[in-house]
Amino acid sequence: MEILVCVKRVPDTAENEIEVAADGSDIERDDLVYSVNEWDNYAVEEAIQLVDKAGGSVTVVSVGDEEAEEVVRREMAMGANNGLLLSDDAFEGSDGKGTATILKAAVEKGNYDLILTGALADDGAGQVGGMLAAMLDLPFASVVNRIEVMDDKKLKIGREIEGGNQEMHEIDLPCVLSIQTGINEPRYVGIRGIRKVASVEIPVWGTSELGVAADSVGAAAARVKRLDYFVPDLGEGAEILEGSLEEVADKLIEMLKAKGGIK
Amino acid sequence: MAGQVFAYIVYKEGKADDTALELVKAAGKINPDASPTAIVTGSGSDLDAVCNEVTASYKEVWKFDNEALAYPNAEIIRQLLVKVLPADAVVLVAHDTFGMDLSPGLAIMLDSTFVPDVVDFEGLEGDTLKAVRQEFSGQVSTHVNCDLSNGAVINVRPGVFQADGAAGVGGQVIDKSSEIGELVLRRRYLETVEAEVGDVDITKEDVLVSVGRGIEDQDNIEIAEELAEAMGAVVSCSRPIVDAKWLEKSRQVGTSGQTVKPKVYMALGISGSFQHLGGLKGNPFIVAVNKNPKAPIFQVADVGIVEDLLEFAPVLTEKIAEGK
Ligand SMILES: Cc1cc2nc3c(=O)[nH]c(=O)nc-3n(C[C@H](O)[C@H](O)[C@H](O)COP(=O)(O)OP(=O)(O)OC[C@H]3O[C@@H](n4cnc5c(N)ncnc54)[C@H](O)[C@@H]3O)c2cc1C
Repeated sequence: MEILVCVKRVPDTAENEIEVAADGSDIERDDLVYSVNEWDNYAVEEAIQLVDKAGGSVTVVSVGDEEAEEVVRREMAMGANNGLLLSDDAFEGSDGKGTATILKAAVEKGNYDLILTGALADDGAGQVGGMLAAMLDLPFASVVNRIEVMDDKKLKIGREIEGGNQEMHEIDLPCVLSIQTGINEPRYVGIRGIRKVASVEIPVWGTSELGVAADSVGAAAARVKRLDYFVPDLGEGAEILEGSLEEVADKLIEMLKAKGGIK
Repeated sequence: MAGQVFAYIVYKEGKADDTALELVKAAGKINPDASPTAIVTGSGSDLDAVCNEVTASYKEVWKFDNEALAYPNAEIIRQLLVKVLPADAVVLVAHDTFGMDLSPGLAIMLDSTFVPDVVDFEGLEGDTLKAVRQEFSGQVSTHVNCDLSNGAVINVRPGVFQADGAAGVGGQVIDKSSEIGELVLRRRYLETVEAEVGDVDITKEDVLVSVGRGIEDQDNIEIAEELAEAMGAVVSCSRPIVDAKWLEKSRQVGTSGQTVKPKVYMALGISGSFQHLGGLKGNPFIVAVNKNPKAPIFQVADVGIVEDLLEFAPVLTEKIAEGK
């Protein structure tokens, strides 16, 4: 099975305090720790496990600037066979549709049976997988937390829906699936793994290699345009308890007792 | 001026989801003059019941009755919507796992604009709609301008457009089933497997000590367990803790976990994503312990403690034990 996994380099929200830049045009990016989008990492692990069982190869692709190469390389260190970076000044400012347009062109230059994305990334949109499927006229399923190969024409998949229930489907190949966290336990990537792929050439494709018209992607083509970043003023918020750990604990205990929080 | 507004109605066992009313409210926020049309798909008596129910809040209800639609499979419903919607339709969908499945592809097939997970609208000027979204797990918000000239599919976050109840508009049901035509089944629904039941039922507990990714390590779960024991509480958690297999799925609070209604909720190292908070009902007294003063959880918590939970929780446990 030939599998393409789409990955994104994102600021790690578990590691960073995200702050809005003074003019509101962006977030403060200077000291951010970046990593591969959490959901995408599960998608790559799943692809590797599928190929371990059924044969074939895993290609990891990212749309981004040259720094996105580091996440492609990291996922190759995990065990993906090939890497691909889609990068061009013309891609900058793409909305979800723009990103899907770029990925579609890359998909069409290969011969993939299965295309995986993460269910969600840093912009909270969860849109690229579904858009890509529609552009390619392939069947799609979102928030997938189980994949079983039935034969070379179809998969049995589970979608994790509300309440943690699992909706089982049979889906025809080729198809596009967006992967939910928890589907597997992504393997640890050690220094040795990274070293092994340190000098592997990762091709970089832009508009000309992909055959994408520059005006069909990027900021000019975007129908959803971000105007600013801001932190909403949501009323009072929490009463913050101040003092030493002991003082804060004492204050909290009084409050908890009053609310029935200590039995 | 943007096109006709539609709302896709999600329902279960013959009862419309709360979002059916929320979408009316959302439509009104986009354009106070809009009278949205409800779209209800399915088969048989459940479908009829829901169509009748939503006539209380929608003037026009389009009904699509077909056996192939008996289970809400977005892959099939998308094909149907592409056939029956006008080119410049503005379609509102709840941003749940069905909306995530349906909408991005629908917008592509309609050649319209997709706007995901909207939390507010700030006005329509000509064909440009200004909407509010969140990024980076809700740590920051953004305004986006959306071009509606070719129509749009807009996913609206559940729970944010609190509805006042059905308005009693006395709408009518229009049976559009004859327009369904042929539907291709490339993804076939098989069954739904219910989530596993665990050793404790967190939905019945009054006091929960809930841990998130901030607990950092499996060995630290003990810290939460000790605090819970001192308080007479039970340990629950956010999704990453279950993904890491540190606690059972039955202890997960959130839209893809349990819906809990405690009196007191202690959130330790939980950022406060909307999927997590979606499982927290009944307006509990929320205490948040988080080392990031900007964490969204502080916006909903009653009391906040900006500390490293690994240092604070043991002190709290000890103090409670001393007082007993
Ligand atoms: C379809 C779908 C369904 C989902 N369903 C659910 C669901 O049911 N439940 C759920 O919880 N999530 C769900 N999620 C995931 C959700 O989007 C978030 O990713 C998740 O809730 C984040 O969990 P968290 O707050 O524990 O982790 P993070 O967002 O990583 O937050 C960790 C927090 O801990 C703080 N912290 C770190 N270290 C410390 C320390 N030492 N002391 C104090 N604080 C510290 C950090 O500042 C941060 O605020 C769902 C996602 C999707 C796409």
